[in-house]
Amino acid sequence: MTAARGSVRSELRIGRPADDLWAIVGDPGRLAEWFPGVASCTVDGDERVVTTDAGLSMPEQLLTVDRLQRRFQYRITAPLFREHLSTVDVHDLGDGTSLVVYSVDAEPSVMALVLGGAAAAALERLRAMTEEPGR
Amino acid sequence: MTGRRRNILFVTTDQQRYDTLGCNGGALARTPVVDALAAAGVRYERAHPQSVVCMPSRSTILTGQHPSTHGVWMNGVALPEDAPSVAGVLHDAGYRTALVGKAHFEPYFDPFLRFPENALGQAGTTAPAGTHRGFEHLEFATHGPAGTLHYTRWLAAAHPEAMGAYYRVLDDALQVSAAGGGDTGAPQVGVNPIDRGWYHTDWVADRTIAWLDGLDAGDDWFCWMSFPDPHHPWDPPQSEMHRVDWREVPLPAGYPADAADRERILDAKPRHWRLWYDGALVSNYEAPARWVPATLTADQVREVNARNAVECELVDEALGRVLARIEERGWGPDTDVVFSTDHGELQGDFGLLFKGPYHVDALMRLPLVWRPAPSAGAAPAVVRRPVGLVDLAPTFCTIAGIDPPGWMQGRPLPADEDDAVARRFEQVLTEWDSALFGTDVHLRTITRGGWVCTAYRPGAVHDGTEGELYDLGEDPLQQANLWDDPARRGLRDDLLAALRDAAPPTRAPRLPLEAPV
Repeated sequence: MTAARGSVRSELRIGRPADDLWAIVGDPGRLAEWFPGVASCTVDGDERVVTTDAGLSMPEQLLTVDRLQRRFQYRITAPLFREHLSTVDVHDLGDGTSLVVYSVDAEPSVMALVLGGAAAAALERLRAMTEEPGR
Repeated sequence: MTGRRRNILFVTTDQQRYDTLGCNGGALARTPVVDALAAAGVRYERAHPQSVVCMPSRSTILTGQHPSTHGVWMNGVALPEDAPSVAGVLHDAGYRTALVGKAHFEPYFDPFLRFPENALGQAGTTAPAGTHRGFEHLEFATHGPAGTLHYTRWLAAAHPEAMGAYYRVLDDALQVSAAGGGDTGAPQVGVNPIDRGWYHTDWVADRTIAWLDGLDAGDDWFCWMSFPDPHHPWDPPQSEMHRVDWREVPLPAGYPADAADRERILDAKPRHWRLWYDGALVSNYEAPARWVPATLTADQVREVNARNAVECELVDEALGRVLARIEERGWGPDTDVVFSTDHGELQGDFGLLFKGPYHVDALMRLPLVWRPAPSAGAAPAVVRRPVGLVDLAPTFCTIAGIDPPGWMQGRPLPADEDDAVARRFEQVLTEWDSALFGTDVHLRTITRGGWVCTAYRPGAVHDGTEGELYDLGEDPLQQANLWDDPARRGLRDDLLAALRDAAPPTRAPRLPLEAPV
């Protein structure tokens, strides 16, 4: 049977130090810079509202912004989701590069695929904007 | 020839079986327009897709490459924007190019509007860069008023009262809905009160005509007119349902009416067939996740087939309107018409509906008709040798007088059986790869010499030793799997060797799955 809940993970090695990447990933107000299809976002305390290029408004609850672990977690609270948790981890590989892991868990499972696909594209953009600034 | 280049009207439907056309022996739908094209042109009796789902198959049509090579291995995997395109080749050669109707080279599920097909629905009918995939004009539709596509926006603006008329394709969990409708409660069947003129089939024809009307008489053009029907949901305008009374529809030859027969046939196939039938395994997003095929009734099969036939008739009539306009513009003698689809539909065969990892004629044997421009003076013909949708792109190049580029893996379609024999059209390949939340299925199929042979690679429910082998001559319904028949072992090994030898190059790294569809 098809599971109600879906889990998707994307990861990408980026040729920049972990602190440089965390400065972007760990700042909830900078999402539109690196997540394709995000037109804008506003942050108020632990609440963030993301507006997509399609005009959809997605309210989120910020759960973890841990600069020591370089871990960022949030939950989309829009009615479309019965459950959601996204986690972005920035791992220092010790050679001036980093591994960024973006995990999406969601119910309905379809939304895990959709968000996971967008998250993978976001990692590619993060790499492009940090490895090739000005592109 | 009249001195100008030949125009190309390329017509596709979605998920249409070979036997739904009158020229192919179908007796349910009246399809006089396509039948006339077939009588005047070339009718292919064994045209196969290289994938039995939309996005990989459509990408093959556009690129002239097998799925392994273009990389779109399943619905939800986007064809890269810089992928080669026959429309680009024709545009670069001076052709005016358009795609009207269903594209689906990019996922539909797109809340971030990341994919140009979805973004274009809001932006207009011309890509910001001038062309998208070689098309200078793009107007999109799908199986109802979904997403941000042009048809959705047109219906919402012009006839908002009809927005809710269509069957609701997805359920609350965003899965393909199993909700039943009509008289029999069959899944993906709905009563649609929409005015026929507002239905997407007529819209696609209307917009095609509008684009043609905007061309100069001397323009050379390539138009892909892509009807979303007869893909489910089966909800044609209710005003047209009088055409076929489902109660009088005979059961398809491929539907074993007795449950014990169905189950015996399924049990002789690799185990995912029976697992799906029993509702124990859904390996992909191509059928309702909450529907159990074993519950399908004979009357439901009749009603689905009746509604499908009505949709095929509407497509045929819409095509007739476009062809009439082409004649009025004076292009008739110099216009090639190619009619096909992206893949088939189980439509009751084996007690199943929809599609999936099942490489049998229901999904693989497709309608394909090529009516060359009358000015070319080609004789009508029937081709029985196997051809593939991968052969369409090089065919379009040849029609336009262009040498097919080296990246195309197919060959120009044979003009008749002698041509097919002379150019050794002997086999065609079809592949399936799905991976959804830990369940993966992988098939590689060769159709050659009157046999269909499918090898299974290791996956969630297969260990890599399974397979299917059917004698198309003796077993046209593919009900007797001869894979383990010792008497066929040599033949099976030969077919597997041919399959290995013909394997197309594989794109690496694998493209990501970005949405369910």
